[in-house]
Amino acid sequence: MWRRVYALMIKEFLALLKDRRSRVVVIVPPLVQLLVFGYAATFDLNRVPFAVYNEDPGLASRDLVARFTGAAAFHLVAAPSSDAEVAPLVDSQRALMVLHIGPQFSRELAAGRPGAVQVIVDGRNSNTAAILLGYVSTIAADFNADWLSRSGAAPPAQLEVRAWFNPNLESRWFLVPGILGLLTLLVALLVTALSVAREREQGTFDQLLVTPYRPVEVLLGKTLPGLLIGLGEATAIVLLATLWFQVPLRGDLVTLYAGLFLFLFSALSVGLMISSVAVTQQQGLLGAFLFMVPSVMLSGFATPIANMPVWMQHVTLINPMRYFLVIIRGVFLQGAPFGVLASQFWPMAVIGLVNMTVAGFLFRRRLY
Amino acid sequence: MNAGSGMRLRGLLRKELYQVLRDPSSVAIAFLLPVFLLLIFGYGISLDAEHVPVAVVIEQPDADTASLAGRFSGTSYFAPVFMGDMVRAEAALRDRSVNAIVHLQQDFSKRLRRPDGAPIQLIVNGTDANTARLVIGYVQGVWQKWIEELGDESGVSAAVPVSIEQRVWFNSELRSRNYLVPGLIAIIMTLIGALLTALVMAREWERGTMEALLVTPVTMGEVLVGKLVPYFLLGLGSMALSVAMGLWLFRVPFLGSVWVLSCVSALYLLAALGMGLLISTLARNQFVAGMVAIVATFLPAFLLSGFIFDIGSMPAVVQAITRVLPARYFVSSLQTLFLAGNVWSVILPNAAALAVFAILFLGASRRMLRKRLD
Repeated sequence: MWRRVYALMIKEFLALLKDRRSRVVVIVPPLVQLLVFGYAATFDLNRVPFAVYNEDPGLASRDLVARFTGAAAFHLVAAPSSDAEVAPLVDSQRALMVLHIGPQFSRELAAGRPGAVQVIVDGRNSNTAAILLGYVSTIAADFNADWLSRSGAAPPAQLEVRAWFNPNLESRWFLVPGILGLLTLLVALLVTALSVAREREQGTFDQLLVTPYRPVEVLLGKTLPGLLIGLGEATAIVLLATLWFQVPLRGDLVTLYAGLFLFLFSALSVGLMISSVAVTQQQGLLGAFLFMVPSVMLSGFATPIANMPVWMQHVTLINPMRYFLVIIRGVFLQGAPFGVLASQFWPMAVIGLVNMTVAGFLFRRRLY
Repeated sequence: MNAGSGMRLRGLLRKELYQVLRDPSSVAIAFLLPVFLLLIFGYGISLDAEHVPVAVVIEQPDADTASLAGRFSGTSYFAPVFMGDMVRAEAALRDRSVNAIVHLQQDFSKRLRRPDGAPIQLIVNGTDANTARLVIGYVQGVWQKWIEELGDESGVSAAVPVSIEQRVWFNSELRSRNYLVPGLIAIIMTLIGALLTALVMAREWERGTMEALLVTPVTMGEVLVGKLVPYFLLGLGSMALSVAMGLWLFRVPFLGSVWVLSCVSALYLLAALGMGLLISTLARNQFVAGMVAIVATFLPAFLLSGFIFDIGSMPAVVQAITRVLPARYFVSSLQTLFLAGNVWSVILPNAAALAVFAILFLGASRRMLRKRLD
């Protein structure tokens, strides 16, 4: 049996890697994408264009503005001197934020009354706007603390914030391991989703059916090349993530690879299942898209699953990527041992087994 | 164009139209896919965190700690779990059953009355940095309100020197759905444009029907137009469907004008279909064309278009890459048209960029598509 599986595996490898173009599309894009997306995918803001409309001649306002211009997150692009100039700046997206300080600001502060600062934010991208407002309130809180300590009136309770596992709250540490999951899924689907459909279109599927191969052997022969390619690319991505992007890898590799193996198994099984249902390659491609797009968006990759409505959270339980993301983030950032993550492993195995069984059944039954 | 050309084009168009209409997968891509994707993403993607589980550890319960703890139960942002010791709380933070720990030490009430004040320790799980930031912001809000009222009760005003009065233009409640839905429409149109056309030319080559076309008097330009028109019409239909869902199902405001939206969408569709046709023409192989279409469209449109991640914060090299993505210009146009209206200083440059891409992709497809067998 293993000799037959081995032969089919060799044939699959050849089919994938013999053609130069298909060799390039399987191997190069994931690595290039990690580099590009690794830099692109961040929720941390950097050089946000902002404008200051300061009507106050006093020192306090100058101190406050200096805290903004001095922060790496902000970049001063304009200093309007009237209300009428503010709207065009925001409308045309030249400034994402306008800081408006009224003429009485310094005087109010000196008199011990609160000075109001108006912050206008472009809400067209409300996520950026929310993050921006967070930055603004942090700067304002720092200013307040300094001002109060200078005037000798400390608040009765202070907040001491510490972030575990990611002390500087770099969102890249969260997103780069996520990209590992994303690209592994992509490779697994690319390798398998079109493979059976292609045999059907080229007529070689009939030949496969008259050979002594059993469905299990066909499945193994089609899965193993994808598994090997996926493991290889994932290893390259893990290396890039730790060495290039400097994401800490605190956990043990055994847990990481156990998760990777099960995730690849479940992703490949979905790919094979799509492939055995599809009659043409276009349908295979459509199926791969239809699976990949929701499973990325609903995996907790960029937006937390906990924010979804409850029924949608239940839907994500059948998404293998959801479990894998918990595992890689746990291993990378928390150094979580196998025991803490154990509940994430078996669902992927179940998803993989169910899909493999259905795919095997369909192989036998469908002859077009 | 002469009479013969018109007739040939009509024939090609009719053949393509039949092929589209008789293959259920194309119609499904155009009309079922947007409904399916918008439903899933419209409900599934949200950056608004509510009912965040936090552990509130109170080592010595009394009136002060109870009043602060009440603040956490009284808001929909938190789902507090009260605990007596840090050991349990830390274990809960590790296994992610809570996102943060608010820790009030034994001498909290005593130190509250001393001049240097009492510490409130906040430990967040930084794994998801974005959620962690939100949680810190929420806790800051609770803390600030609490000490203000503490000051009011004791008669000592703990006035905050600078109070930030925030105004969010175009989306005053910061409803993330309002900006996500226009962005999603752009992503969905990218997928549909590429899926519809990526395989069509490659399919003709693989099935050998391209050779049959080569010996007829049709020109390659006519073949291209014949492929483009039916899919363009399908794409416009699915765009209209997506916009209708955005307006009536997700209740996203639309402040721009419909004809500007139609023009921008038409330009974008030409660019997206042109990209699909170019991929298909160059690949000549359905497998390669399919992979390139997945790799070149969905992930870049998702991650690099400014749909979720702010383009201005990316490194200069990556920003340069985003400039060659048509999706970027479409996302920006749609967000502006929906939420801000016809702001010409945003719409016109974006529309010009989309027109350039459309001409570029279609022109390149036309050049690459030669009447040659090699």
